[in-house]
Amino acid sequence: MELFVQQVIAGISTGSIYACVALAVVMIYVAIGHLNFAQGEMAMFSTFIAWQLITWGVPYWVAFFLTIAISFVGGVIIERVIFKPLDNAPILSHVVMFIALLTIITSAAGFIWDFSIKTFPSPFGSAPLFGSSLISAHQAGMMAVTLLLLLALFFFFRYTRVGLALRASADNPVSARLVGIRVSWMIALGWGLATAIGAVAGMLVAPVVFLEPNMMLGILVYGFAGAVLGGLSSPGGAVLGGFLVGVIENLAGTFIPVIGGELKLTIALCIIVLVLVLKPGGLFGRATIQRV
Amino acid sequence: MTKLLEVKGLHAGYGQTKVLHGIDFSIEQGSVTTLLGANGAGKTTTLRALCGMIRRSGDVLLNGEQINRKQTEDIVRVGVAHVPDGRGTFTRQTVEENLQLGAMTRGDKAAIAQDMELVFSYFPILKERRTQQAGLLSGGEQQMLAVGRALMLRPKLMLLDEPSFGLAPMITREIFEIFRELNRKEKVSMLVVEQNAQIALDLADQAYLLETGRIVFSGRADDIRDDENLRKAYLGY
Repeated sequence: MELFVQQVIAGISTGSIYACVALAVVMIYVAIGHLNFAQGEMAMFSTFIAWQLITWGVPYWVAFFLTIAISFVGGVIIERVIFKPLDNAPILSHVVMFIALLTIITSAAGFIWDFSIKTFPSPFGSAPLFGSSLISAHQAGMMAVTLLLLLALFFFFRYTRVGLALRASADNPVSARLVGIRVSWMIALGWGLATAIGAVAGMLVAPVVFLEPNMMLGILVYGFAGAVLGGLSSPGGAVLGGFLVGVIENLAGTFIPVIGGELKLTIALCIIVLVLVLKPGGLFGRATIQRV
Repeated sequence: MTKLLEVKGLHAGYGQTKVLHGIDFSIEQGSVTTLLGANGAGKTTTLRALCGMIRRSGDVLLNGEQINRKQTEDIVRVGVAHVPDGRGTFTRQTVEENLQLGAMTRGDKAAIAQDMELVFSYFPILKERRTQQAGLLSGGEQQMLAVGRALMLRPKLMLLDEPSFGLAPMITREIFEIFRELNRKEKVSMLVVEQNAQIALDLADQAYLLETGRIVFSGRADDIRDDENLRKAYLGY
């Protein structure tokens, strides 16, 4: 029983990484209607920027927020320069562009900062929380930041006019223009926000998995799994989905002997397939009801 | 009477296909004007061209100011509210949020709240359903919501694209009655595009007949209604 509880808690703490990535995934999905495969790599690149700043002697929290700002602007620029011209292109063109972006960013990061593994500091320290061996201070901090981020997003979408405009643009872009919303800027804003959230995820993940150009490769799959499980259109669902994926992965790895540590990633993929087959809307995704 | 909208030599189309071949018309301040014609005559295209949703050429003047080079988002800002075909409902947002979206370009919070009450006074059903997801409203209710959303702009000119489409005759009559009231009490000028000529002519002051992208007749709505030959030739009743 103790092992079970221990594994659940460990699952929740890895789950908070997935939750954070899933949040970024959902953000972009809400804004543009599909998934950005380069999301993980963009987050990795943001983390490298933070690492560079810290190496230059910038205090951690200054670097943290500066990186978020830089990432936001970077996201907006990527949308304006690369994706706006593809406005009316079929979805496959976008997918190809995502993949191109993924490889370009990975190579660029490797070119600038090389492929060696780097350590990334944690602002919360790695000591066990309250002397308990179940959860470390960094893991607790990670959870707190994820939940704060979720809360901030909730308020943004629910109670601000820009949030409403963003939702409306995703819901019905033609109609949104007819009420005067500058839809193309809303999409850019969505990119900016998603990239900023990705940066937070990257900076939180890096102390755990170490910083290198491929660090987000596996994690993005878990993030996708979390987002799909929670429902792609629901930020809250994505966070819960992320935590659930973490727990499921840990429990399966511990209690199903065949899986062990080696086949954990398979679980994320299985979750994606199972959810899409059985409940495509996810746990909290809005089933799209439409009168025709 | 002064002219609110003046259109001169408006051409528009989709890609290679030309739909409008240089039409001229105008709308008097405070009046209801209707644009009638069969399927494919170019009625919806005219409204889309006015709002800059498609490529167009020609002059469009609102209160003497040229708006034919403006983008859709900016045409809204000079006070033109478009109620599009298909009603343009934000299906995943609530009824109340749909109305707030109509006032997106305005900054005066108190006046917006006031106007929301005004919309509710015309369409009480929307007040009852204010927290519901708008996609779940019936066709008639969504049409009311679309009109309400347009009103939230405090528009100078409202463009209504086939408001009777897909509605039961009784609901249509009810909605047109409200249009008349809005025109009289709130002084909203309207351009109504309709296939249901009879009900549109009852509402309108001025009418234009459109056939394959050209205006073939213009005059007072009463005159068209009373002219049997014209009615038979173009309106089929």
